[in-house]
Amino acid sequence: MSVAGVAAGRAAGRTRRPVRRWATSYALLAPALLLFGLFVLYPLVQAVRISLTDSTGIGEPEFTGLANYARMAGDPVFWRAAGNTGLLALVSVPTSVAAGFGIALLLREQLPARGLFRALFLAPYVLSGVVVAMAGRWIFDQNVGIVDRTLTALGLPAPDWQSSGTAAAVSVFVVLFWARTGLVVVLYLSALQGLDRDVLEAAELDGASRWQRVRHVSWPLLRPTTFFVVVLMVVEVFQTFDVVRVMTGGGPAGATEILVTYAYAQGFQARAEGYGSAIGVVVFAVILLATVLSWRAQRDAEEVA
Amino acid sequence: MSAPVREGSRLSSPAPAAVPPRRRPRWPRLLVVAVLALVWVFPLYWMVVTALSSRSDLAAGRVGLLPTTLELDAFRRVLVDFPLLQWVSNSAAIAVVAVVITVAVDVLAGFVLAKHRFPGRSVVFFCIVATLMIPVQTLLVPQFDLVNDLGWINSYWAVIVPRSAEAFGVFLARQYFLSLPDELLEAAQLDGAGQLRTLVSIVLPLARPLVAVLVVMTFMYRWNEFAWPLVALRVPELYTLPVGLSFLQNQYTTDYPALMAGALLSALPVLVLFGLAQRQFVAGLARSGLR
Repeated sequence: MSVAGVAAGRAAGRTRRPVRRWATSYALLAPALLLFGLFVLYPLVQAVRISLTDSTGIGEPEFTGLANYARMAGDPVFWRAAGNTGLLALVSVPTSVAAGFGIALLLREQLPARGLFRALFLAPYVLSGVVVAMAGRWIFDQNVGIVDRTLTALGLPAPDWQSSGTAAAVSVFVVLFWARTGLVVVLYLSALQGLDRDVLEAAELDGASRWQRVRHVSWPLLRPTTFFVVVLMVVEVFQTFDVVRVMTGGGPAGATEILVTYAYAQGFQARAEGYGSAIGVVVFAVILLATVLSWRAQRDAEEVA
Repeated sequence: MSAPVREGSRLSSPAPAAVPPRRRPRWPRLLVVAVLALVWVFPLYWMVVTALSSRSDLAAGRVGLLPTTLELDAFRRVLVDFPLLQWVSNSAAIAVVAVVITVAVDVLAGFVLAKHRFPGRSVVFFCIVATLMIPVQTLLVPQFDLVNDLGWINSYWAVIVPRSAEAFGVFLARQYFLSLPDELLEAAQLDGAGQLRTLVSIVLPLARPLVAVLVVMTFMYRWNEFAWPLVALRVPELYTLPVGLSFLQNQYTTDYPALMAGALLSALPVLVLFGLAQRQFVAGLARSGLR
């Protein structure tokens, strides 16, 4: 059957029994709609509702309006967690993107055993955050960990990774960098393979150096990939939970607390369900806003280009 | 059948096209990559060395780049002191059942969203993808209340069912079916009796590469998941491995050989799966980048 014939046949089918066709589509979608509706959208609405109450999980909660949101404004721990989350995004997104792009360039075609290397770089990403955090905690143990032992052996100062706030934050950052950069490598590798070879060869024939080809040909052509990687990494940073929770528990003294670990601590440990939910709602709003803004920026840039 | 197979194979990484010969030697690049890769896998290697060492050797700093002893006592400790094997079987049961349900839902929804024309299609797809941006922690309290009302707390279902709504899988499935030409699927789109049977006999065989990717990705997500099982499973006998490991960490605190032994045992299945199905992992992850 020709393409036109198929299209005509489908159009005829649609005009014949449109309602029935929609009903079939929705019937086949029903499992997904039910699951997403019941276990994601309904809880999301509930989260907003709970955030407007003083719910503790025990007894009947009272409606308190925006009190939980007002409480956030005057809560220094919340602002600390918000600052840490922002800092983590500012530091870890660019470093992972730069390192991931660099490693992908190194792994581009004509390298022996590149499949094996790609697997090695990706391996930490397939591990659970709990395993990653346990390994990180051991390696950065301030008494017997290999990092401090090595630094001491070299005559360098050995930071107190568990008791110093700054050092703890650095160790969490390093561990997250290790766990996530492999994903960036894979995304760039696949995008590099999709690049138009003729353009790169033309640039090479025109006498462009290797650096110039990367800087002025590959990198601009990979803009859509970079955009996507950045959005993905920002979303991941805002949802970082397992590694922080298990490696530092947000400590010492809140130095590594980030928004989602604080929301969990409030909602499930302090039994302040209303306040915890309010923090969760704020995190979701920020992620949504950041995604929409960067999507629009990307769209505008594409229109200009 | 040649066309669908070729289309399907696009899920795996494309083979590099012919490249003109290069003037530069490759070994400097190889050297840099090899050194970086060694640094990258060192933490994993160090976990193995630690798990094979004795506590006293570690405490005294008698530990080198090679294990000084090959003790299996750390493995014995975690297996005897804690219901680790029970946690393995909990994790396996949850992951396997979740994979079956989730992949079925993903393929069905992805196919309909890609190939059916009906009002509300874009809205439904947009809403599903938008759920990727909701942090797990935002929903923990209401999800717990809901699952508690359903009477599922402290059962496998508490973890399996809510997580079957996997937006990434639906997205991946839709993208895959969009890339298949309509003609191939025409028979499956005709309405009337046996719609589901046509789906199974026509769509499913075409979707085998997709299913392979969804299976490994979903298995990895469920096997590694931490926050939700931590909330939904409140008794140690029902813990999944990540929850059990965090419990282990609180109990052992600095018995690193035992901690690393437990962590390695829990990482092993997913690392083996990754080794066997690396192509599917890479395709699944890379696909997430192709909008």
